[in-house]
Amino acid sequence: MTSETVRFAYYPGCSLHSTAKEYDVSMRAVAGEVGVELVEIPDWNCCGASSAHVTDSFLGFALPARTLAQADEMGLDVLAPCAACYGRLMAAKDEARRHPDLARRFGDVTGRVFKLERRVLNVLEFLTGDGMAEAVAAGVKKGLDGLKVAPYYGCLLVRPPKVTRFDNAERPVAMDRVLEAIGASAVDFPFKTECCGASLGISRTDLVTELSARIVESAKRAGAEALAVACPLCQTNLDARQGAAAASRGESFGLPVYYITQLVGLALGVAPGKLGFSRLLVEPMTLLREKKLA
Amino acid sequence: MAKATSSLRVAGGPEMRSFLAEVDALASTEVEACYQCGKCSGGCPLAFAMDYQPRQVMRLVQMGLANEALSSSTIWICATCHTCSARCPRDVDIAAVMDALRVMGRRRGIRPGDRNVGVFHRTFLDSVRRYGRSHELGLMIGYKLGTMRLTEDLPLGLKMLAKGKLALLPEVAKGRVEVRAIFREAARGTAGAPGPTGAQEGGGH
Repeated sequence: MTSETVRFAYYPGCSLHSTAKEYDVSMRAVAGEVGVELVEIPDWNCCGASSAHVTDSFLGFALPARTLAQADEMGLDVLAPCAACYGRLMAAKDEARRHPDLARRFGDVTGRVFKLERRVLNVLEFLTGDGMAEAVAAGVKKGLDGLKVAPYYGCLLVRPPKVTRFDNAERPVAMDRVLEAIGASAVDFPFKTECCGASLGISRTDLVTELSARIVESAKRAGAEALAVACPLCQTNLDARQGAAAASRGESFGLPVYYITQLVGLALGVAPGKLGFSRLLVEPMTLLREKKLA
Repeated sequence: MAKATSSLRVAGGPEMRSFLAEVDALASTEVEACYQCGKCSGGCPLAFAMDYQPRQVMRLVQMGLANEALSSSTIWICATCHTCSARCPRDVDIAAVMDALRVMGRRRGIRPGDRNVGVFHRTFLDSVRRYGRSHELGLMIGYKLGTMRLTEDLPLGLKMLAKGKLALLPEVAKGRVEVRAIFREAARGTAGAPGPTGAQEGGGH
């Protein structure tokens, strides 16, 4: 880290202001610990995931473009913790290059200029980036020794690889590295990039229950005591549907589903009460107490 | 397979080519490159719930069978996880084709092959158009009303409310006028999306 304060344009997105408030709270706490200033994009709007891009090409492009244009105006790179928001912002940048007519229509309608000058980072890219990996490692006050965590990446952090250009689409390692940096054991498991069903969690709960069962079962069999995620939709599906998923297998899973930022915050010495653990549905504290981490 | 293949009639000539060309243009890919290896379908996490496998949808597009492709449940069950596109040995962007088919289906007024998913998208976008941001509690209530599944997930919803995970009131983006202008433009035009389709304001609304 340089002595100069690093600043990012922060795009929480709708979920981090509601179902995933604990992701927002823990993200801000971690940024504070590593000396990064998050400046919330002043009038961000919904990125449209998962409905706009399946409804109309222009709508799917213009909603994230409006938020990106504000980051351009701020002159800052963007940090987008929600994997779905990140995916839509990256897609909009890609579409602007491939379909200049979309960018032109966007400019005509909003009067905004879309310059594509700023980088967009997901949370893993942020935590493993230049200077930041070192800052996290150096800041560890309470290593999560003995905690066996399965890093679940899901889809949109690593796919489509041509757009995200981040990590390995089939066998990503960024979250494994973050977990190891904070002293936890990263448990490798075969379903780390299998889809949880995303927004089908509301419309087709039957399907999401099955997909969640596969993922949690796979992590548990590999020896994990908990899952770590970097996406509000993944968290909600694996957490809220875990009871039904376990019942479908005639088992009980009982794997807490933590946001990676909650675990990093804990290791950096942030009080557990300031990381939003109480909002998680699968009981999150018993395991942490067993490991003398809370 | 839920649908009898004997009822399929391959579209010939210009009709076949125009559908393929429209999909290709909207998805920025070349569906004709697909050689039916099935890798997309083998890796698709939701293939078990689809009426046509992703591989078969590519074939429907190649054959110009627009109605079969656009009314399939597949295009609505697809969760856009991009596993297929990342693995395709012919570099067909299958996930983008699914997006393109959903967009085209809506323009042509074809009822989504999965009703619940259709109601979800409509309810979600209503919230974004109104407030500039999505309101998750409103979305869940609107969806449950729209599908008459009022009691499904009620215990979970109450638990999430108790955990403070669902804001009672919607947040509003100050620039929602601008967001509405974006919605109007989306409804108005199909520029950048070639093909014989007219704008259908409110087609799905």
